[in-house]
Amino acid sequence: MKIEKHTVDHVANLARLYLSEEEKAEMMEKLNSILDYMEKLNELDTTNIEPTAHVIPIKNVFREDEVKESLSLEETLKNAPDRSGNFFRVPRIIEE
Amino acid sequence: MEIYRLTIHEAHELLKKREISCEELTKALFDRIKSVDEKIRAYITLDEEGALQKSREVDKRKDFTNPLTGVPVAIKDNICTEGLKTTCASKILENFIPPYDATLSVRLKSRDAVILGKTNMDEFAMGSSTENSAFFATRNPWDTTRVPGGSSGGSAAAVAADECIFAIGSDTGGSIRQPAGYCGVVGMKPTYGRVSRYGLVAYASSLDQIGPITKDVTDCAMVLNAIAGRDIMDSTSADIPVPDYTLSLKPDVSGMKIGIPREYFGEGIDAEVREAVLNAAKVFEKMGASCEEISLPHTEYALWAYYIIAPAEASSNLARYDGIRYGVRAKDYEDLIDLYKKTRSEGFGAEVKRRIMLGTYALSSGYYDAYYLKAQKVRTLVKRDFDQAFKKYDFILCPTAPTVAFKIGENTDDPLKMYMNDVCTIPVNMAGLPGISLPCGFSGNMPIGLQIIGRPFDEPTILQAAYAFEQATEYHLKKPCIDSDTASSGEQKCDKEPDAGKGVIA
Repeated sequence: MKIEKHTVDHVANLARLYLSEEEKAEMMEKLNSILDYMEKLNELDTTNIEPTAHVIPIKNVFREDEVKESLSLEETLKNAPDRSGNFFRVPRIIEE
Repeated sequence: MEIYRLTIHEAHELLKKREISCEELTKALFDRIKSVDEKIRAYITLDEEGALQKSREVDKRKDFTNPLTGVPVAIKDNICTEGLKTTCASKILENFIPPYDATLSVRLKSRDAVILGKTNMDEFAMGSSTENSAFFATRNPWDTTRVPGGSSGGSAAAVAADECIFAIGSDTGGSIRQPAGYCGVVGMKPTYGRVSRYGLVAYASSLDQIGPITKDVTDCAMVLNAIAGRDIMDSTSADIPVPDYTLSLKPDVSGMKIGIPREYFGEGIDAEVREAVLNAAKVFEKMGASCEEISLPHTEYALWAYYIIAPAEASSNLARYDGIRYGVRAKDYEDLIDLYKKTRSEGFGAEVKRRIMLGTYALSSGYYDAYYLKAQKVRTLVKRDFDQAFKKYDFILCPTAPTVAFKIGENTDDPLKMYMNDVCTIPVNMAGLPGISLPCGFSGNMPIGLQIIGRPFDEPTILQAAYAFEQATEYHLKKPCIDSDTASSGEQKCDKEPDAGKGVIA
């Protein structure tokens, strides 16, 4: 599979990235050379192989839903790039 | 006495006997940092005031029961420390002050270790040289024209240059072991789930693991004692009892069976590295262990499967950096999507963008089965290789990296060449196994790393093997010389520094 320019545009949009024309060209070249190597995986027959998502057997952990101490409002908002009172401020997303 | 050179166990003895104070030790470390860090550049943030205050508290309390009490530590800058800047070496987090501690930080603080500062790394732990830091490159204390490895390059360099007594790193595809190998120190990636990841900035969640970087194997066991164990804040942390790892420090490997995988000695592996590791095998044989060549046939495939799985998980984990709740937000945006895109495009470096793109592509509609699912299946095959080997062998012996530390700038233009550096360490993460790197020789002036891989949760065996090897050899005693006059050239000469380690005495 070869990545073409429109794929780079599509993926960049999914990843919420702006890329300059130069970056796009470089990205296309480097991703393609990496993906060429990925083709090696197709040398392996994995028809009846189960995928491994986690190496250690783990299962969902349940606990009681109890109210516990958590970060204060002040601590939570301390790193906010833009704050308005007790809120994170973002650009308007609902049309007037 | 140069007390900044002490190991944890040496410092602990002196602190306990009141022969040195914690404040003295902490000050000695900051003096050391001031004299050499402009050449090494291991630290992003130093907390001199906080560390000295802590040291005085520790001295006042006079309780040195725990071996880490009063011992100065450096922490990789992707592990949250409350009130102390944690940047991940990224512009997008350059102003981030965590409002909480990672479990790792809680555990070190509860033992009264003294946190000196936060160490440099490849941005978001993506890299093998620490050149991908958004701020500056760290240099290898053995030769400042070379990289320290990565991504925990700052932590490994700080240990090697005696700018801390021990350090903490994280390892997703070799990021503790490879820099430890390149810097001639001891680095362990514990079994996946052995150490809580709560508060570790996530890169690839199914592979990430926190671990110690230390001056010797004894220190490694002491740190692991403090940081291992189940944590309610990390549901992937294992509910398996934590043994006292210092009980494994016995110089005895007699009767042990060692597998030496031929795939780790093939093309691309430097001849001197190969020779040093095969010499190490002979040291083990002299001590009564038996070595046999084995095959782990999916070794190379592990590398390529990793470079699908890790970027895929990263693309998802890094979606949270959107400039809303913390971190840096771009200026002058038109709407919310524009805010996201500008923030992320300005905030992430080239390698991070590359991996986000690769991962987003691999997970995108129509390509998921071909890449991500395929890679997960290959991961099963990689794990089976090891399962098979561990039926017969107690541990596996191989190089930590194919070469010694390379020159700064040598691989920066070629991601594939950079990725190949991780070929010896990645399979261990893919299978979730514990692995330790320790020095086993030199190529010229540069240290060579020996990797010992064990069964899941069998850190005791690899610590015992590593300890036995260390006691039988002197490589860990040799120190780099950081001479101000020759810092810019590859050749470093130094008369004052000890030069203990030549060969094998087993």
